[in-house]
Amino acid sequence: MLLEDLIKIQETELAARKKCTLRVCLAAGCMSLNAEAVKEALEKAVQEAGLANDVEVRGVGCMKLCCEGPLVGVDPEASLYRQVTPENAASIVSTFKGGQAEAEKGDPHSPFFEKQFCIVLENSGLVDPDRIESYIAADGYFALRDALREMTPPDVVAAITKSGLRGRGGAGYPTGLKWATVAKTRSTRKFVICNADEGDPGAFMDRSVLESDPHRVIEGMIIAALAVGAEQGYIYVRAEYPLAIKRLQTAIRQAKQMGLLGSGILESPFTFNIDIRIGAGAFVCGEETALMASVEGRRGQPRPRPPFPAEAGLFSQPTLINNVETFANVPPIIRKGADWFAGIGTEKSKGTKVFALAGKIKNTGLIEVPMGASLRTIVEEMGGGAPDGNTVKAVQTGGPSGGCIPASELDTPVDYESLTKLGSIMGSGGMIVMDQTTKMVDVARFFMEFCMDESCGKCVPCRVGTVEMHGLLAKIMAKKATAADLRTLEELCDLVKNTSLCGLGQTAPNPVLSTLRFFRNEYAELLQPEPKLPAGAGKLPVPSSA
Amino acid sequence: MAAKTLTIDGQMVSAEEQQTVLEAARDAGIRIPTLCHQEGVMAIGACRLCLVEVAGITKLLPACVTKVQEGMDVKTNTERLQKYRRMILELLFAERNHVCAVCVSNGNCELQSLAMEHGMDHVRYDYRCPKCGVDLTHRLFGADDNRCVLCGRCMRVCWYIEGAGTKNVSGRGVNSSIINDLHQPWGAAESCTSCGKCVLSCPTGALFYQGATVGEMTRDRSKLEFIVTAREKKQWIA
Repeated sequence: MLLEDLIKIQETELAARKKCTLRVCLAAGCMSLNAEAVKEALEKAVQEAGLANDVEVRGVGCMKLCCEGPLVGVDPEASLYRQVTPENAASIVSTFKGGQAEAEKGDPHSPFFEKQFCIVLENSGLVDPDRIESYIAADGYFALRDALREMTPPDVVAAITKSGLRGRGGAGYPTGLKWATVAKTRSTRKFVICNADEGDPGAFMDRSVLESDPHRVIEGMIIAALAVGAEQGYIYVRAEYPLAIKRLQTAIRQAKQMGLLGSGILESPFTFNIDIRIGAGAFVCGEETALMASVEGRRGQPRPRPPFPAEAGLFSQPTLINNVETFANVPPIIRKGADWFAGIGTEKSKGTKVFALAGKIKNTGLIEVPMGASLRTIVEEMGGGAPDGNTVKAVQTGGPSGGCIPASELDTPVDYESLTKLGSIMGSGGMIVMDQTTKMVDVARFFMEFCMDESCGKCVPCRVGTVEMHGLLAKIMAKKATAADLRTLEELCDLVKNTSLCGLGQTAPNPVLSTLRFFRNEYAELLQPEPKLPAGAGKLPVPSSA
Repeated sequence: MAAKTLTIDGQMVSAEEQQTVLEAARDAGIRIPTLCHQEGVMAIGACRLCLVEVAGITKLLPACVTKVQEGMDVKTNTERLQKYRRMILELLFAERNHVCAVCVSNGNCELQSLAMEHGMDHVRYDYRCPKCGVDLTHRLFGADDNRCVLCGRCMRVCWYIEGAGTKNVSGRGVNSSIINDLHQPWGAAESCTSCGKCVLSCPTGALFYQGATVGEMTRDRSKLEFIVTAREKKQWIA
């Protein structure tokens, strides 16, 4: 495979495109709403209408507005149908012959779509995730070719550094710096790992990226391997994502067949293989050292750092580990240049961020916005606010490691530093909206229960501290706690935050701390007065002077 | 090997390059409390009792896995650390059923000693009182989960000194427990060599020798006879 072959595949694919395209979302959300039957019905209707030469029915990835699925897009007029059923699907085909569509029309120009700025999701809902040709037609693998033929590995690292890309897993570590460290560590064996163990409740960004555009992640990993000098890669994906696993397997097989993966990539001496490792349902395996232990076949428990993975990671070798979304940002940076990427976003947070909008909000789904967009834009304009006339009370970002941001702070720009300042974190991109009926103490209790169940049990503060904190929160909810219990809870938050071994424990108190910061009155309302001691209790009897 | 100079609790200390803060402190006669640490096997930094403050670093660092660095300024016993250590100990006591009065290790227990050292006179947290089993199926040893602190010392000596790999962890979080092989009764665990290293390493009374408590109750009645005989025969009067 050479550049000419790549261009030829692109040209053939584009030439084979028909006049009109019906795009059917086949990501997990729409699939669960019978989207496959919709696709079949559309195909049948196209055949019956004799339009097979003019209309293509294409299964695509996530079309973002998940709450209105199954979604069907029509090109070239770029219209959108929502809640399509196999029954009314045929009517969409009839519009090509002047008929009337029975399926409900969506508004592709609503703020939900118009305010998006797509880099990671640029192909989502457009390319067929099961066909590599579809990805190549959208300039796929051209970045790899450029990195391999026009750049040296240090050039690639320099480009990523210059772009200002930061880790999208949540902590925001500069990606270029991480790549440079792995590249500079000397070893005959190095690894590249893609962390696809997305576990935050309510988060589904990485799943959608893998289901919609798996080749983008693979291309990003190959470029990373080239930059740091690795020959083996692993994608660690959770078993709860069977569709993502299936599409990744297909994508890896296709890339191998085309000589884009394996030995002699693009007819160069560069060799890189990717294997999939499936997680067994432990949240803590999203923590990098626990993830690597799990890949090695050991119990998924974190270990103290240093040594950091860049120095001694998988099988004690230098390892580059990045999140799905981070890798997905790599091909466009190489293709369009670091300066283009650095021009998007804020001073310290570059590029875009994908969020999974969920909870008490009208438009549930996937959004990608430039860094620095305000929470108000996301929640009120794009998300359409709380449904049924309710008002937004708070926004939770960062899952169990994050915090609740009150409605009064909605003008906060979304970037790493601003969210941290509010006691939350950017996190991997889960964004849960709460309305005025939500009890904040219960929210804190829910997340603490999650952390308690997911604590691996290695270090004492996290193992026992989360259980005791959960007990205290349940006690407050049951209106059986006093001010002394709240003090104990706050002390435990301080302990667990500062003494736990890994990120899970260190951030577990965040939902409690942030709700205490902004909604302390809700805690106070549930507290009971201290029990009154009978007169003289707790005092030693004073001996009468003889 | 180059030497490093650092300050621990205001005292200038020299240490070897590869030493940990814990080793350097111990060489200098400064005690840092530990529970999961076991000489001879890999440190895992799990109990968090050895956390120390290092000037210029906001995070607390576990002394057992932190390597010494030139010019490091370490504080091992600040008020904040003492408070955290006491809380961690209280959490351990609240987690399982630690009743010293009826324990084989009473008086010879690291958890008990640490609690006394840190002035822990009561536990502020709700006791979990979990239902834990006692495994007495092994010919020589017994395991009482009620007293286990999940430090993992038995597991590490089993894997890395004996090389048997009998001891493992099952479950997660507070439901973790030490198991033998694939959760067999200890007596049925085929990989166990009965070497007893796990019992040697256990900081509490969770692992013990069979008959240890019974052994304490054997009576040496011959002594009575000896005394009576000695008195009668006036053997003690010179």
